[in-house]
Amino acid sequence: MSRSFAGVGVSAGRVIGPVRRMPHPIAAPADGAPLPGGTSAEQESARLADAARTVAAGLRERAAAATGDAADVLKATALMASDKTLLKAAVKLVDSGTCAESAIWEAADAVATQLTALGGYMAERATDVLDVRARIVAELRGVPAPGIPDAEEPFVLCAADLAPADTATLDPARVLALVTSDGGPQSHTAIVARSLGLPAIVAAPGTMDLADGDVVFVDGIDGTVVRDPGAEEAALAAAYAARIPLPDFTGQGRLRDGHRVPLLANVGSGADAVEAAAAGAEGVGLLRTEFCFLGRDTEPSAEEQVRAYRAVFEAFDGSKVVVRTLDAGADKPLPFLTDTTEPNPALGVRGYRTDTAVPGVLERQLAAIAEAAQGTGAEVWTMAPMISTPTEAAAFAARCAAAGLRTPGVMVEVPSAAVMARHVVSEVAFASIGTNDLTQYTMAADRQLGPLAEFNDPWQPAVLHLIQTTCEGGAAAAGGPRPVGVCGEAAADPALAVVLVGLGVSTLSMNRRALPAVAAILGTVDRSDAQRIARRALGAGSADEARTLVRAELPDLDAYGL
Amino acid sequence: MAERTATIASRVGLHARPAAIFAEAAGDLDLEVTIALEGEPADEALDASSILSLMGLGAEYGTTVVLRADGEGAEAALDRLVEILETDHDAE
Repeated sequence: MSRSFAGVGVSAGRVIGPVRRMPHPIAAPADGAPLPGGTSAEQESARLADAARTVAAGLRERAAAATGDAADVLKATALMASDKTLLKAAVKLVDSGTCAESAIWEAADAVATQLTALGGYMAERATDVLDVRARIVAELRGVPAPGIPDAEEPFVLCAADLAPADTATLDPARVLALVTSDGGPQSHTAIVARSLGLPAIVAAPGTMDLADGDVVFVDGIDGTVVRDPGAEEAALAAAYAARIPLPDFTGQGRLRDGHRVPLLANVGSGADAVEAAAAGAEGVGLLRTEFCFLGRDTEPSAEEQVRAYRAVFEAFDGSKVVVRTLDAGADKPLPFLTDTTEPNPALGVRGYRTDTAVPGVLERQLAAIAEAAQGTGAEVWTMAPMISTPTEAAAFAARCAAAGLRTPGVMVEVPSAAVMARHVVSEVAFASIGTNDLTQYTMAADRQLGPLAEFNDPWQPAVLHLIQTTCEGGAAAAGGPRPVGVCGEAAADPALAVVLVGLGVSTLSMNRRALPAVAAILGTVDRSDAQRIARRALGAGSADEARTLVRAELPDLDAYGL
Repeated sequence: MAERTATIASRVGLHARPAAIFAEAAGDLDLEVTIALEGEPADEALDASSILSLMGLGAEYGTTVVLRADGEGAEAALDRLVEILETDHDAE
């Protein structure tokens, strides 16, 4: 009996395959729980040794089937499972009357604590010890081992949500698609799926009912899961498998009539920049400078910052690099800068606002950007996040001028900046719309909450209208039109990219993996088409209606399986 | 009691792959082999086949360790293990 589930498609693709659920994490046994009734310590020790042996053998088997780093990790983990010192410590506890689960739990905990105290490489191995512990306990309890299931044929991985630790060993050759009942469009699941090119759907609550072995059709484009798919779904999956491969991005974004739409990349490090340049990006539309600051207790030195920024500038010699000044706060806290006791971090002292709270950091950052820019051939633009008023925009422009940075800009992500776009953008040289946060604030929906995924959709008409307002503001700015680009996730959506261009957006910056798809679809429309399509989208009453209307105008989306 | 000293030749020290290779080889033997940093008392030596113990040993590149084993074939076994420790596994 076919059953359909609705969710949010976050990574394109249409496949059919069997379900394997992510096993529940192993719950800690009760502290020092006693031997099961009627079992002697010898029997329980033997049971524990057997379980450890089985786990070790299983890991060795998987190591033999793996290659390179993965094989090494599995081999080392297998050695941990058969480690005599660990077993001895656990057996000692069993001899004193503790059950096997609690004994191994405690013994492994002691080892993990020891390793964590050593710091660095050792501390990282503590996670491996805890993983081995969970596997041994799973074996003792007769429940599935934690982690991605081991299956003979490729499967659709279903879970409530997926954490980075879960997906670290995800092999796209063995997993067909990802489906989670929780999570949102910016969740880790979405990020991993896109980077591996796997179809994925999140925020699909009914899918908790899917069981191991159920055959499902997963549509990462429309966000639908169908259990027991029929001929229609089979045809869609076949069409996707037969899709025309996307042409490589040749390095010049254009519409069909030749109108130029430069396609740039969002990057977060020098290494990212090198990869983005190799992928053909025409520049960097968003350099997230947090990479220099995150995970530290103190501000990075001037030398460190100059070196880090220069690595990006050098990868784009002769091209534009738009640097976003430090965007700390909310989901990116920094101990020396942001206040984690704020009741509403997303609405708190974040981004540009931190300059008033902790003056000096921004000034030093601007100086470092200026110094890094000298002696490189990149065209460096600088913008501030979370600008909310024309006064802030003017103040930021003055800061840039004082630091010798000639092209100041603002991110438009706070709705007030979009509403007052003409006044705001008149103070600077350019604007870049951050659609992720703009959507969050416009729809008053936390980006990180799965149940609100429907609201955190840049196709929401309200958001499209604010993008239009921003473009109009840029066009009408005092002293001449200013370019308005988009650097949020919206730019990576090929259908939405057409709408954005139609609304007046002049450049698009995205994850480098999205460049070929966006370039291909932009190349199928003239400017007048894009404007007409944008008007239709603005007339829609809902995100779904907007998306459907636009997709109907762009048949190449289906041809390319986008 | 057979005894050998060896100097760790792997650049990362007795961690990661080198430690796994060594622990596996020690575990494959029928004898029990212990390992300790040079100068440490023999009765505090650790089980050479225990990867977790090796991790706690903190044997860096260039450190000298002492291997000890008893029984038939102990000399040959220790020779083999010394060879492993004195090979730079990072170079592979």
